[in-house]
Amino acid sequence: MPQHERFDSRNRKKPRALTGVTLALGAMLLSGCSEAENVPTLTWYINPDDGGQAAIAERCTADSGGAYRIETSLLPNDAASQREQLARRLAAGDSSLDIMSLDPPFIPELAEPGFLAPVPEDVAQRTTENVVEGALAGAQWKDELVTVPFWANTQLLWYRKSVAEAAGLDMSQPVTWQQIMDAAASQDKFLGVQGQRGESMTVWVNALIESGGGQIIQNPEAPAAEVELGLASEAGTKAAEIVSTIGDEGLGGPGLATQDENFSMILFQGDNGSFMVNWPFVWPATNSAVEAGSLDEELIEDIGWTTYPRVDENEPAAPPLGGINLGVGAASQHPDLAYQAIECIVSPENQAEYFITNGNPPSNTAAYEDPRIEEAFPMADTIRESLELSAPRPQTPYYNEVSIGLQQNWAPPGSVVPATTPEQTAEFILAVLRGESLL
Amino acid sequence: MSTSVKTSSPATGKQKRAAQPYSERAKGERRLGWLLAGPAFVVMLAVTAYPIVQAAYDSLFNYRLTAPSEREFIGLGNYGVILTDFVWWRDLGVTLLITVVTVVVELILGFALALVMHKALKSVRGLLRTAILVPYGIITVVSAFAWFYAFDINSGYINNWFNWVPGIDPDLNWFAGTWSSLFVIMASEIWKTTPFISLLLLAGLAQVPDELTEAAEVDGATWWERMSRVILPNMKAAIMVAVLFRALDAFRIFDNVFIMTNGAFGTEVLSLLAYRTSISRLEIGMGSAVSVLLFICVLLICFIAIKLFKVDLAGARGSK
Repeated sequence: MPQHERFDSRNRKKPRALTGVTLALGAMLLSGCSEAENVPTLTWYINPDDGGQAAIAERCTADSGGAYRIETSLLPNDAASQREQLARRLAAGDSSLDIMSLDPPFIPELAEPGFLAPVPEDVAQRTTENVVEGALAGAQWKDELVTVPFWANTQLLWYRKSVAEAAGLDMSQPVTWQQIMDAAASQDKFLGVQGQRGESMTVWVNALIESGGGQIIQNPEAPAAEVELGLASEAGTKAAEIVSTIGDEGLGGPGLATQDENFSMILFQGDNGSFMVNWPFVWPATNSAVEAGSLDEELIEDIGWTTYPRVDENEPAAPPLGGINLGVGAASQHPDLAYQAIECIVSPENQAEYFITNGNPPSNTAAYEDPRIEEAFPMADTIRESLELSAPRPQTPYYNEVSIGLQQNWAPPGSVVPATTPEQTAEFILAVLRGESLL
Repeated sequence: MSTSVKTSSPATGKQKRAAQPYSERAKGERRLGWLLAGPAFVVMLAVTAYPIVQAAYDSLFNYRLTAPSEREFIGLGNYGVILTDFVWWRDLGVTLLITVVTVVVELILGFALALVMHKALKSVRGLLRTAILVPYGIITVVSAFAWFYAFDINSGYINNWFNWVPGIDPDLNWFAGTWSSLFVIMASEIWKTTPFISLLLLAGLAQVPDELTEAAEVDGATWWERMSRVILPNMKAAIMVAVLFRALDAFRIFDNVFIMTNGAFGTEVLSLLAYRTSISRLEIGMGSAVSVLLFICVLLICFIAIKLFKVDLAGARGSK
C-alpha cells in the first residue's frame, strides 16, 4: 500500500470518530444549555460582606436540585444608600427583586405601600422558630411577618481589662454609662462611641432612650401627621445628658464628631482605649490585625466584653439591634421559589456558617449550638444574651425622617443641650412629618 | 451675517436676481442643518427638557415615592414651604459663599499662573500646561476623598502638619465645624479648577497684542498701569467666560460637600438639599420644587453673566 493511502485510511476513521464525539458533546451541551435555561434565576440583592451571602447562594442553588438558581447582585455600602436603591426599584416595579437583604428599620417603609410579596404562612412558621425576639420584631410590620429574619446583630460593651481593673470596676456585674464615663475619666482614657452624623448616632440615641425606659416614637404605626414622639421626656433628657457629657468633657476623643464604628475600634485598640460600644466585627478585625502584626498580641488578652451599659442601674440595658432580614419584591416573577430559596438561606446551618466565616451573628438560637461558634467567638453567649435584651429602632414608614432629624440635632455630641435638644428635635421632626419644614 | 450684508447696501435688480439661487441654496442648507441637528435636538429634548418639565409638574404635588396612592395636587404649596424655611436660605447662603470665594480665588491664582506660563520659555510652556492640568484630570470624587483623608483627624497627613502651626489646636477636627469644613471644601475646589481657569486666561493673554503693551511700556506706563489699562481690558472676554463657567459649576457643587461632610455642621449646599429631598427622603414633589428653584438660580446666573458678557465684549471691541 502506498504511503499516502495508508495514511488516508488510518486517518479517515478519525474525522468520523471526531464528528461523533463532537455531535455527542454538542448534544450534551445543548441539552445542558436548555436545561440551564429552564431553571428560573432568582436575583438576590445583597449588602456587602466577606463573600458569605454569595457562598450561601451557591450552596442553596446546589441544594435546590435544579429548582432555581440564585444570582447575587451587590448593593451599595451603607444602609441608607441600599434603602434608596431598593425603594426606587420597588416603586418602579422592577421584577428582578426576587430576594433582598434588608436593614430592619427600613422594612415598614417598603411594606406599607405593598412593595413586598406576602410571606406564606408555612414559610413564616418554619423560619421564625427559635428566632430571637428583637429580630422577629424587626421583621414585622403591623404585627404581620413581612420579611424573614436572616442574621441579627447587636452591640456589646467592649473593655480593656487593665483600665477597668485600675478604675476598680467590677465587670462581672452590669455597669452603667455613668460608671464607664467615670472610669474612663479617672484613667484619662477615651470612650469608644459613634458620634458622627450618621445612622450610628440614631442607633446610640435609640439604645439610650429605650434603656432609660422611653421610646423615640410612641405610636410607630400612625400616619405622618399623627406621629407622637417620646423624645421630650425623662428618658430623652437622660440620653442627652450622657451624649453631651461625653462630647463636652472630651471623653470620646478629639475625633468624636466624625467617629464611626471603625474609628471607634481604632481608638479602642490604641493606648488611650478604655471602653467601647460596638458590633461584634471588632473581634475578628482585632485578631486579624494582631495576626498581621499591626497590633500587639497582648491586646487580645486585655480585651473583655459584656452586655451594653445601662442608663439606670435598676433598669436592664436595651442594646442596639441590627442585622439583615430577607424580603421578596411584590413584582418578582417567582415569589414561591424565592421563599423556597429564603428557607434554605436562613437555615440554622447556613446562619452558623455565615457567623463563623463573616462574623454576622445568627438570629436563630439553634445556630448557636454549632461548636465552631464558641471557638471563633468566645463572646457568643454574650451576643445571644444581648440579642434577647436588644431593642429595635422605631419601626415606622417615616424612619428616614426620624433618623435624619435625630442625626441633625444630636451631632456633634458636644452641641447637645439636655434641657433643650430633645424637645427641639421632636418639634423639628414633627414639622418635617407634617410637610411644614425641609429636612 | 448675510442679513446685515444685504441690508447695509441696497441691492439692485441684477443683484436680486443673482441672490435668488443663493437664497434657495441657503434654504436648502438650512433644511440640511435642521436635519443634521434634528437627532441631537430630539435627544436634548428627551434628556434635558423633559425632566425639567416633569420636575416642574411634579413640584405641584405632595408626592412621596413610597406612598404613590397619597399623591395630592397642592399647587405652589411646596414652594411656599421651601421659601419660608430657614434651611433653603442657609443652603443658598452657603452655596453663594462657596461660589464667590472659589471664583475670586481661582481667578487671582489662575491669572498668576497664566502670567507665569505666558512668560515661560516656549520649550517648557507645553510641559507646564500639562503639569498644571493634572488636578483637573482627576475625578472629583477621587480628589474629594484625597482631601478628606489628608485632613482627617486620625490619619490626615496635612492635618499632622498643622500640629506644628502655633495657634492651631493640634487636635483640630476639620470636619466638625462649619468654617473649617468649608475651608477644606473650598480649598479642594480651588485646587482642582484653578489650572483650567489659568488655561482659559492664558488663551486670553495670547489675544492681547504685544504692540500695545510694548507701546505702553515705551510711554512709561508702570506694571500696574499696563495691567489695568491694557492687558485686563483686552482680556475681558476670556475673563467673563471663565467667570460664567466657574460660577455655574461652583453653584452646582456636590461631590466635595457630599464626601467630606455630607452637609453636616451647616455646610449643606442647594444641590445636596435637592438630592437629600428627592433621593434620600423620596419626597418627589418637594425635591422637584427644590430642583426647579435651583434651576431658576442657575438661569439667573446665566442671565446676569451673559448680560455682563455682552456689555464687556462690546467694551473690549471698542477699546481695540
